[in-house]
Amino acid sequence: MVTQGRVKRAVAVAAALALGVSACGSETESPGQSTAPPALDGVGPITLVTGKDTSGNLQNQLDGWNAAHPDQKVTLIELPEDADAQRQQMVQNAQTGSDTYTVLNLDVVWTAEFAANQWVTQLPESEFPLDKLLPATVETAKYFKRLYGIPVASDGGLLYYRKDLLDAAGVQPPTTWAELDAACAKIVPANPGLSCYAGQFEKYEGLTVNFSEAVNSAGGEVVGEDGKPVVNSENAKKGLDFLVEGVKSGRIPQKARTFKEEEGRRAFQAGELLFHRQWPYQYAEANATDGSSAVAGKFAVAPLPGLDGLGASTLGGHNYAISSFAKNKKTALDFIKHMVDEKQQRENLEKTSIAPTWASLYDEQALIEKFPYLTELKTSIEKAKKRPAVVKYQEVSSAIQEAAYSAMSGTTSSADALAKLQTRLEELTKG
Amino acid sequence: MATLIDAPITPEPPAKAPVGRKAGVGRLAALLVSPTLLVLGLVVAYPIVSALRLAFYQRNDGVDPETGLRLTGDRFVGIDNFTDMFVGDAGERFRNALLNTTTFTIVAVSLEVVLGILMALVMHKAFKGRALVRASILVPWAVPTAIAGLLWRWIFQADGVANDLLPGDPVLWTTDGIQAWFAVIIADTWKTAPFIGLLVLAGLQVISNEVYEAAKLDGASPWKTFWSITLPLVKPTLMVAVLFRILDTLRMFDLPYTLIGPGKNATDTVTVIAFEEAVKFGKYGPASAYAIFLFLYVAVVAFVFVRLLGADVVGARSGRNR
Repeated sequence: MVTQGRVKRAVAVAAALALGVSACGSETESPGQSTAPPALDGVGPITLVTGKDTSGNLQNQLDGWNAAHPDQKVTLIELPEDADAQRQQMVQNAQTGSDTYTVLNLDVVWTAEFAANQWVTQLPESEFPLDKLLPATVETAKYFKRLYGIPVASDGGLLYYRKDLLDAAGVQPPTTWAELDAACAKIVPANPGLSCYAGQFEKYEGLTVNFSEAVNSAGGEVVGEDGKPVVNSENAKKGLDFLVEGVKSGRIPQKARTFKEEEGRRAFQAGELLFHRQWPYQYAEANATDGSSAVAGKFAVAPLPGLDGLGASTLGGHNYAISSFAKNKKTALDFIKHMVDEKQQRENLEKTSIAPTWASLYDEQALIEKFPYLTELKTSIEKAKKRPAVVKYQEVSSAIQEAAYSAMSGTTSSADALAKLQTRLEELTKG
Repeated sequence: MATLIDAPITPEPPAKAPVGRKAGVGRLAALLVSPTLLVLGLVVAYPIVSALRLAFYQRNDGVDPETGLRLTGDRFVGIDNFTDMFVGDAGERFRNALLNTTTFTIVAVSLEVVLGILMALVMHKAFKGRALVRASILVPWAVPTAIAGLLWRWIFQADGVANDLLPGDPVLWTTDGIQAWFAVIIADTWKTAPFIGLLVLAGLQVISNEVYEAAKLDGASPWKTFWSITLPLVKPTLMVAVLFRILDTLRMFDLPYTLIGPGKNATDTVTVIAFEEAVKFGKYGPASAYAIFLFLYVAVVAFVFVRLLGADVVGARSGRNR
């Protein structure tokens, strides 16, 4: 019993120590607020923080820079492949105010959150060749009319279609949802095992992308230019109904509600889908002639269809931004300028088929021959709309997924789902 | 801190007389365990105290309308994070998660107990290839849960093995709904019934054969033998196994997260929504409140279980049945 008393005291001491530590840990510095971009000073070694580089070309590009700038070496820090895990590590780095990360490779939807929390620094527009880049991609890097990142890669949705089946039936690739329906009505019944249309409908970020696309393609908007949610509109309902009615009528197969990118790709490659909304990366994989794809050479791509006329894709892609807590920001600035340059982007496209942001690359004949989808992709990106640029993007996206998912599974009517979503978004975007 | 750990401890000469031994040894014992206590304080007490503090704070909300910059800092909100668990949308989500956590625990642990005992009985029998059976029954338990979740996700895919084996239309196991709840139960039972089996097997092995022989002589049926001898004698071990499983299942995170995915109302557990709030939404206040609530819930359940069913966790009554 004597020892027990001591144990209690020891625990109390430990707890007191712990409290002291936690009190020190909760402060984070916040850089000063100014309207003009802050000066970017400091020259020296920096780091580039990005998701896992699956292409394998990034290190080559860094080696090129490092050879030319031996005193300003860039070290690559690779984060996991999963976007949520990347974001989480970048946020943690920012919350601790660490200077380990210099240049951050941000997903376009993170701009608002990182800018509003002042985790990334404002960039001077005059320093970059912004007029040479696709305007839609530059928009994704802006928050409250200020530039916080430089787009280095873009992405837009494409409608993959079975050219062999459409040609055999004498049907043109659809530009509207009605045409898509008509094409399916003509082709699908004659081909057992074939379904009409799928996208990414599992409850995750991909559903936010597909929902926003449907709403934008019907002329609606999720969050307006002024940052106010306007999702409870007639047009937005038509957009959501495209998905909801699709599931009900069987145009969208039931199992597509479990599709992320890869499940959908497998279904398309197995020849189970007539139309598939997908990113450009599927082109090379579905064209593989090693036997993994049953549709190699049998498909083509078109811009996404919409309610009346072509639809609007959701914009994907990545921007390079500079961490507010980093040293050697001048080097970081020069490095970003180097990476966004036409030469680097062409090389990246040729070696890794990453969609560039440099507009003129899309019109080069040699590149179009190598990547036949470039023309459609450019149309897709130019017409693309960005996802809501809001600070609490993660919560907004979750709310969108909840609404779209429950409507598509039939547990809620699309009108109710949108009304509820509007209320939720108003809460999340106020003040 | 470091000086305490590094302080040379002079071992006291062993006291000869039992008198005076108590105080000296007690002091030495306290000295010897103090580094451990310090470490425990840092890795156990500090996180708990820190989480407790966080549970009463919330991040400042709102952005500057001119610059769009977010307000910084935290503010004290009293018990708001706790009252929010019972009102509004967030409350609905939390109560749903709590219900899932509870139903998972009750159903999965019950199934695991039945299967675990059966497994133990099989493993206990002497027959050819017993070592192989024992090893193979334990395989699921050795697979890391997150990996098991991904494997079951493959099985439960729309065109996966489960749907191939089942008649009728394919079931969309990973979509939100009761089927997702069942998928988690199935995977969890597969994964952890061997754990109960293993512990019960240990309990079976200490039951003396003479008891069974006596029962046989008395003409007891195998059924009667099981209920009157095996089960009562194995009960102390079984209770410990069940308690461990209950505490584990109440904290279930990786299976629903990897197998079904977060954000599904049918399978979100309290730990899943706490993780989402903290890591995804950056709302550490509500997340801490959820975690604290779960902590207390687990503590109460453990307490009630130990008191009512007499699970002998610390071995206070060990040897009673031996």
